[in-house]
Amino acid sequence: MWSNLQILLQAPAFGVDLAVNGVLVGAVFALVAFGMALVWGVMNVINVAQGELVMLGGYVTWLVSRLGVNPFAGLPVSMAVLFVVGWLMYRIVVFRVVDRDMFISVLATFGLGILLAQLINQVFGSDLRTASPDLGTLLFMNGIVSVGVVKLAAFVLALLVGVLLWLFIKFSRLGQAIRATAQNPRAARILGVETDHVFAFTFALNAALCGAAGSLAVMAYTIHPYIGLPYTVRSFMIVVTAGVGNLPGVVVAGLGLGVAENFAGFLLGAQFQVAFVFLLMVLVLVVRSRLLRHQRKYLE
Amino acid sequence: MSALLEVDAVSKRFGGVVANNAVSITVGAGMIVGLIGPNGSGKTTLFNSIAGAHPIDNGSIRFEGHEISRLRTGAIARRGLLRTFQQTRIYGGMSCLENLYISVPQSGMGWLESLRRPPPEAHEDAEELLGFVGLRSKRRLPAGELSFGQQKLLELAMALMNRPRLLLLDEPTAGINPTLINGLIDRLRRINADLGVTLLVIEHNMRVIMNLAEHIYCLAHGEILASGEPDAVRADSRVLDAYLGAG
Amino acid sequence: MNRKETTLCVALLAAGLIAPVAFSAYTSQIAFLWVMVIFALTWDMLGGHAGYNSFGNVLFFGVGAYTCAVIQRDAGLSYFTALFLGLGAAGVMAAVTAVVFGLAILDLRGHYFAIATLGLGIAGGEIAAGWRYVGAGSGLVPPLYPGQLGDRGLFFSYLFLALAAAVFVLFRRLYRTQFGLALHAIRDNEDKAEAMGLHTTRYKVTGWSISAFFLGITGGGVGNLIGFIDPHDVAFAGSTYGVWMLLMAILGGKGTIWGPVLGAFVFHITQELFWTYLLGWQRVAMGVLIVLIVMFFPQGILGWARERWPQRFGATVEDRS
Repeated sequence: MWSNLQILLQAPAFGVDLAVNGVLVGAVFALVAFGMALVWGVMNVINVAQGELVMLGGYVTWLVSRLGVNPFAGLPVSMAVLFVVGWLMYRIVVFRVVDRDMFISVLATFGLGILLAQLINQVFGSDLRTASPDLGTLLFMNGIVSVGVVKLAAFVLALLVGVLLWLFIKFSRLGQAIRATAQNPRAARILGVETDHVFAFTFALNAALCGAAGSLAVMAYTIHPYIGLPYTVRSFMIVVTAGVGNLPGVVVAGLGLGVAENFAGFLLGAQFQVAFVFLLMVLVLVVRSRLLRHQRKYLE
Repeated sequence: MSALLEVDAVSKRFGGVVANNAVSITVGAGMIVGLIGPNGSGKTTLFNSIAGAHPIDNGSIRFEGHEISRLRTGAIARRGLLRTFQQTRIYGGMSCLENLYISVPQSGMGWLESLRRPPPEAHEDAEELLGFVGLRSKRRLPAGELSFGQQKLLELAMALMNRPRLLLLDEPTAGINPTLINGLIDRLRRINADLGVTLLVIEHNMRVIMNLAEHIYCLAHGEILASGEPDAVRADSRVLDAYLGAG
Repeated sequence: MNRKETTLCVALLAAGLIAPVAFSAYTSQIAFLWVMVIFALTWDMLGGHAGYNSFGNVLFFGVGAYTCAVIQRDAGLSYFTALFLGLGAAGVMAAVTAVVFGLAILDLRGHYFAIATLGLGIAGGEIAAGWRYVGAGSGLVPPLYPGQLGDRGLFFSYLFLALAAAVFVLFRRLYRTQFGLALHAIRDNEDKAEAMGLHTTRYKVTGWSISAFFLGITGGGVGNLIGFIDPHDVAFAGSTYGVWMLLMAILGGKGTIWGPVLGAFVFHITQELFWTYLLGWQRVAMGVLIVLIVMFFPQGILGWARERWPQRFGATVEDRS
């Protein structure tokens, strides 16, 4: 680790490379976190299968690319397919655990996550998959900072999808229904909002977001059946850090996590990057909890 | 008479709302003190402050001469200051007896001692207290299966099992069958006289509190409006205004 | 212990003593049956009795597995001396791990605690997989068991039987003490427990450490039984052992003493019978099983039995006195 640290200090350009690429991947993390915050805020459910939905989105786009189609066309396909998957997930399982203790929803979605990951592993095997359109690389700072164009495209698309969703929630009728339900489900119900319908739609919307993220992930990076849990943990960590209703915070935390992860991978070694993510999550929880304890409150 | 509890100019704010504003009360050892006031006047907030459920913004709270406003609920409880809750809290999955066993004083409970079964004395005390509140026949039932009124009595028994010096009772007669209230008042008097437990009681039932308390504080809009003997407070026009004006 | 329970215990003990000899080809499976019982009982102390559901108890299992294997590798002692030293150290290391992490995360409530433990369990595996001192991705190979081909299975059948019996007896006693009552109080209403002055953190950490101790020893033993330790599939096997711990206790009925035992038996025997038919789909089936249990059967077998026949399975009656 120390030799790598030396490299960073002596040639800061490497740091710039890590930071830039970290921001690029961080946008994808933020997108997934946005979806998790949505479900959490609206129906008080923590979707532990969030990462598996991302993984599924990736496989859909990968299949599309295998048919010879441009992978970018896979983005809307992934979103559409995952929307349906999310709807089904809600209708079959999630609706039963919505009004119970939050741990029950954690356990139920945990089971769903295992189911999905192992299913894909059985069907497609555990090999790494990618569907990268060859768009070349941009080089800066004497070639030390290299940015794959597809990663840049993924960043832009992630932000675009996020902004579109935000606009939808802010200005559409369904979006208003979602926000009303999030603030006060009982009042919303009394005023004629079909809460169950809103829940189903929100969950499906979240799945579509994950589908988009997965699609971008398979194009700009790689996927395999077990990328789910790290994605779930990342988005959970981001939401806990920023707070469920804090969208700008989610974006900042997401980008920040991308950067932190990249630096950790470089300094600690790639094999410890996932461990870093998981331990960071625990640290975030502990710190947040201690801070609240000073006010004699608990993480809700 | 020495002051067991001294609340000195305590203020507590929630966001923009001032729930308690420079509230000062004193509870002497061995007394029964009442706390009355219309809904929303900040009574339960004051209880929460005293019991350590949240930090206070200003002022000091001293129990037996020691400052407790910085302590957490558990530490305060171990010093002998307990409170009951408006929406009774008991351990629903355990039997009434077990609810009492686990309510023994914890301040002396060493690590090794906790790995032993409850001693015979605990069993005797538990049975006696359950008899005192009239729940002896239900002692093996899960506490969650008791009625609301019975749970209130169980909570009282649990508090007594803990041998508190000072007991904060939050509306002890609310939700109790009116025919049973006299029995409850009688028990509270006995707790105070025979067991030496000092009581600070929030009550809405005027008949109860006027009969029970030696000294009454009236809170309104987060401030102490009146303080004195029951008859004096009852006749105080400001108190009447507060009750009639509120709502 | 009432008469029914005593009879059951004796019967199981007898079966546990006879079976490895009678079915000598299946000693590994029998040994694993007791391992499952330990998994379920240790998970249940915090999960069922205190209401703190952990997804990461496999962390202690893995710590134990590696500790034992390292001691066996480096101590330079004969097999059994090294093994017992290793098992002891494994238990202690696991308990220490529980104290350290417990003090950090046992203040987190419900779902936060669960997710935090998930993170710890997996991080353990990832770190072990990258740490060369313990063999990194290849893991470690404990010394070979001295003796004939079937002896190893036989030995560990009895070792784990003894361990499972010890856990059962100890935990049963503990649940009747102040400590056990405290755990139940924490489960039923932790705010009330704190307001009554209970040292909630102390009890939670103690409970987790006791569970960790036995899980650590089990880890050391399993490493020797299987013959190798691999960071992802054996030691920190979150997607198999880790999930099973939770599943078996809930399946059998969490918060009781016989529930986890029952769940372990049902799960393990079912798994052994259908393993050859399901193969790779086993893990998919496990995900389905979890979802089904959460949706339709959260009270588990024992909970269901208590609802249907309250008199027979632990009734609580109102006294006439």
